[in-house]
Amino acid sequence: MSTIAPSTRVELDYTGSERLTMNMGPQHPSAHGVFRAILTLEGEQVVGIDAVIGYLHRCHEKLAETLTYAQYPSIASKTDYVAAMTSEFAYVRAAAMIGKIEVPKRAQYLRVIAAELQRVASHLLWLGTWCLDMGGALGGGATVFLYCIREREFILDLFESLVGARLLYGFYQVGGVRYDLPPGWAEQCRETVDFIDRRIGEYERMLEDNPFFLVRTQGVGVISRELAQGVGISGPLVRGSGVNYDIRRTEPYSSYEDFDFRVPVETGGDCYARYRVRMVEFRESLKIVRQALDRLPEGPISSRPGLKSVAQIRIPKGEAYARVEGARGEVGCYLIADGSAKPYRMKWRGASFSNLAILPHIIPGHKVADVVAIMGSVDPVFGEVDR
Amino acid sequence: MMEWLTPLIVPFIVLNAILGIVTYVTLLERKFAARMQSRVGPYRVGPHGLLQPIADAIKLMMKEDVVPTAADRPVYNLAPIVFLIPCMLIFATIPFAPGLGVADLNIGILFFLAVSAMEIVGLFMAGWGSNNKYALLSAMRAVNQVISYDLPFIFAALVPVLLAGSLRLSEIAVAQAGLWFVFYPVIGQLAFVAFIVSTVAAENRAPFDILEAESELVAGFRVEYSGMKFAIIQLGEYAHVVGASFLGALLFLGAWAGPGPEWLGPVWFLVKAMFVFLLVTWVRWSFVRIRVDQILALSWKALLPATLVLLIATAVVVVWRGTPGV
Repeated sequence: MSTIAPSTRVELDYTGSERLTMNMGPQHPSAHGVFRAILTLEGEQVVGIDAVIGYLHRCHEKLAETLTYAQYPSIASKTDYVAAMTSEFAYVRAAAMIGKIEVPKRAQYLRVIAAELQRVASHLLWLGTWCLDMGGALGGGATVFLYCIREREFILDLFESLVGARLLYGFYQVGGVRYDLPPGWAEQCRETVDFIDRRIGEYERMLEDNPFFLVRTQGVGVISRELAQGVGISGPLVRGSGVNYDIRRTEPYSSYEDFDFRVPVETGGDCYARYRVRMVEFRESLKIVRQALDRLPEGPISSRPGLKSVAQIRIPKGEAYARVEGARGEVGCYLIADGSAKPYRMKWRGASFSNLAILPHIIPGHKVADVVAIMGSVDPVFGEVDR
Repeated sequence: MMEWLTPLIVPFIVLNAILGIVTYVTLLERKFAARMQSRVGPYRVGPHGLLQPIADAIKLMMKEDVVPTAADRPVYNLAPIVFLIPCMLIFATIPFAPGLGVADLNIGILFFLAVSAMEIVGLFMAGWGSNNKYALLSAMRAVNQVISYDLPFIFAALVPVLLAGSLRLSEIAVAQAGLWFVFYPVIGQLAFVAFIVSTVAAENRAPFDILEAESELVAGFRVEYSGMKFAIIQLGEYAHVVGASFLGALLFLGAWAGPGPEWLGPVWFLVKAMFVFLLVTWVRWSFVRIRVDQILALSWKALLPATLVLLIATAVVVVWRGTPGV
């Protein structure tokens, strides 16, 4: 075990007489949902932060016990509503692991395509909202935000023609996926991918040639390698701190071993390093989508075709933990099955929940304005934190 | 025979003209920002959204006026007015055409700069009187920032004064008949850039809008204001920006000089002022906000020494040439 100091207070050479306690959230423009941060300030400087979560708790894990294996994937979307495909993926993988259900190759590729498009959509929203946090809804940030949202729409259009829904999908099913590609979808997808690839280059130039963006992100919110490994963060955060950890690479699932992609690692550990990691991930995800479309095999899309009733899938007794690499990090699902059509117990490991644990370690010592920049670079989604 | 009426009528006309301009400047900015962000902007109220500012004003007037229980009521209620008055007063010395202005003082630019710096009183009253922590932090930032940026703002504005050899705004405008000061070799361009940067900062526009900073401080000093009081603060803020734009057009872009008959002068002046305003707006919608310590560092470590050196260089040039003017 590494030794992480439990203290969340830093001592400053402060000559004032009073500390100010300021409430940031749960209703706050940059709370990214409903996050409450109780800040202790000395002037502009933050010396302590108490994070309060739980405002969006919806009893997801209890709910999972009352829904069948065919029903719950659609609800799983609602944990992380910005990257809805990811949590569905984790759930169906856990169920398939217990039931030792083989997933046809075509279904595996379709799962990869959906997951990677979802990662791009989620990162687009992250880039937009993060710039919004730093640049303000009435400033340059809003410009980047609107550009990103425009691009995200194209991916949502793809999902809409694939699934029929734009935000919460229910695309993944135990043993495969629910829908095959509609005619013309692959071409539309390729066009979108090329288009977004070009646009991302524009945003990179717009932001990285912008000195104000650089001074706001470089050296801000530094997570050291030791801290990153000790606190249990994952995803772009841990990769921005020099740890080469990506579940798609360390523990390949759903045919990820077939694809050629790079896992970006930055050693800076600051907001800028996390930004760089995500910008490379954009490109790598688009690359994976292209490869999957090129090599998409023929065949069935599910090992259990023709679902007649919602209670048809029965998973034998057993338990399993399945994890997937979501846009925000490791999304895990721990499932205990008792042989019926519903799980006995289910537990989520939300990437955002674990990532939020880093905040008290890195925020004290920064200015108030940096709190929102760091929060944004952590990219929490509170549906996933509170579940 | 109606001599005594003139001092009343002229300010009345100017004030209302300015109010009209300021109201429609919001629409201009929204349309401009929308185009930058590949949107359409206001479109529904009237043709091409032309009635949008009026709809906004009516909406704000109809809103309930909420006063926080714990607010310092006299300070809270007075703050919007104290904020608005200097913002409108700065127009007093601006000549919109030869002889067309409220008061062409012989120390016109000094009056403008002095009154323009007074807005900070209203800002701080709003932040303090609201009895809100966001507002208080914002007010503290406001004092920091306005003090830091008024100096480079003044130094940049003094460069044309030295070149023209007069503090009277109309004489500065006339001095540019041959060559606009923005085209004055090297000095003119540097001073114009410094003027634009410090205008953006002194007017608290993004990327220097740390006192509004809605992602951290929600709305800063005006977070507790609603209805007409909010509208007055907005009006004051935009009036200040428009005033500074007019000053920029007057100091650097030759004021009312332009082709066409003489009566087109005010129109040319307005066009140039709007050009300066759009420059400021362009900056606003392109950059992310910078942090309070970085803003102060930029002012005290870079902009202030730079404008000071520029001012001294201008003085040397003027002395060397032996005579002010172009």
